[in-house]
Amino acid sequence: MINEIKITKRKKRSQAIAFWIFRLLSYSIVAILFIILSFIIFKGASVINWNFITQMPEEGMTKGGIYPAIIGTLCLVAGSMIFAFPIGVLAAIYMNEYVKDGIIKRIIKQMTNNLAGIPSIVFGLFGMSLFVNKLHFGDSILAGSLTLGLLALPVVIRTTEEALKAVDNTFRQASLGLGASKWQTTSKVVIPIAFPNIITGLILSIGRVSGETAPILFTVAAYFLPKLPTSIFDQAMALPYHLYVISTSGTNIEASRPIAYGTALVLIIIVLIANLLANGLRKYFGKKVKMN
Amino acid sequence: MYKIESKNVDFFYGPSQALKNINIAIRANTVTALIGPSGCGKSTYLRLFNRMNDLIDNIKLSGQVLIEGEDIYGRGINVDSLRKNVGMVFQKANPFPKSIFENVAYGLRVNGITDKKIIEERVETSIKQVVLWEEVKDKLKKSAFELSGGQQQRLCIARALAIHPSIILMDEPTSALDPISTAKVEELIYELKTKYTIVIVTHNMQQAGRVSDRTAFFYLGELIEYDETKTLFTKPKEERTQNYITGRFG
Repeated sequence: MINEIKITKRKKRSQAIAFWIFRLLSYSIVAILFIILSFIIFKGASVINWNFITQMPEEGMTKGGIYPAIIGTLCLVAGSMIFAFPIGVLAAIYMNEYVKDGIIKRIIKQMTNNLAGIPSIVFGLFGMSLFVNKLHFGDSILAGSLTLGLLALPVVIRTTEEALKAVDNTFRQASLGLGASKWQTTSKVVIPIAFPNIITGLILSIGRVSGETAPILFTVAAYFLPKLPTSIFDQAMALPYHLYVISTSGTNIEASRPIAYGTALVLIIIVLIANLLANGLRKYFGKKVKMN
Repeated sequence: MYKIESKNVDFFYGPSQALKNINIAIRANTVTALIGPSGCGKSTYLRLFNRMNDLIDNIKLSGQVLIEGEDIYGRGINVDSLRKNVGMVFQKANPFPKSIFENVAYGLRVNGITDKKIIEERVETSIKQVVLWEEVKDKLKKSAFELSGGQQQRLCIARALAIHPSIILMDEPTSALDPISTAKVEELIYELKTKYTIVIVTHNMQQAGRVSDRTAFFYLGELIEYDETKTLFTKPKEERTQNYITGRFG
């Protein structure tokens, strides 16, 4: 009897300790994020104003704004998504809905995972040799977008696959059971149900793509451009690269320090806005799916 | 001629045999119940009739499954048209995340019917057939998810009826329903018999007794006994049937 009470006590204590450790760790994640954010905001908020986001850099990038870098990053994000999203989603649909389990599926899957594991600088190198040199796109938004797109592809494929897997099989069976073809089932039942989650893939890859520096280093990013790009064959400035440039090899690193923090803050805000937007889209489609 | 007939059917999931030499003949406009303990092969057998097992990788079938005299696993069989003729109702009500109307219209649309009038007419008739019309006629545009479980299951039956099948397969259609909803679905099965041939898998032996004309008892992939429901439940020929229906195992 006494022994039992002891055991119960011990069980309770070890449970309490375990929970405390978990709690501490999860809080510390939040704390780290909070510290980084507040550091950037504290250092960067003072330089951010309307002129900062709408003006060209001035005086060797120690003054003025970062407008061309913002535009460049937006172009690159849009370009890479236009490339990666359809291909990634279609590849995932093919893999999840059409290929039977077996060696081919395993190979495709393994390759996708390998693609995700390649360091981003290698993507940059590959993009340079293929898009910039071999295909003669030159240092351009097109080459940069395609390179970033390759990087985003595995993220899109994986999240889309997860979204499709989450669709209950009985929906597929019910549709096929009514004489619908496989394609009708996929397009009219499976994809609409999975769509809100597929959007998550878009969010994740936008976040990933907008912050990457290595892949754009040799394919599109310019140290400084006096004017905005006018076509997809032009070079462009980009926020992460701009940040790198003014922090390491600017004309006057100390003088451009506040601009660097401002740039970082703008980058974070852009990712945040993209996330919020995509979240809104996801909710919207989530509701629409139930109604249609 | 029999409506559905299976001759020497063996079925394998990979190396394991799920059905052993099954021979059954089912007449049109009857209700046939498939009973037996879990894993006995009754659901697998049911899913042969609309080739739903085709969705699973690594399966093997031998023997013949005939519907209206035609081997549905033979060459030149269009699986989509087969499934149009053989409707299915599932264990868990699974309406699509669409409106009530669109759920029933779906089968018509995917089968190429575009005339709005015909679609509206058939949706209404089908929902009336399952005695759901009075409950949903004012909210056809609302999500099917707003219905109760029993209503959802009747909607799924309406969805199957809309494309005018001649056979309806039901895979434990009431196992997730409350007694009142169950009674409604059973009543429905009884009425539908006049127009359709129904095969129903059930765990509930009272249900088999109430709704079916003939009952097949499966055990470990074998068909142990197949007879008139009354005979099977009152004077089973096999000891295993006797043991199962009296609740000694299962």
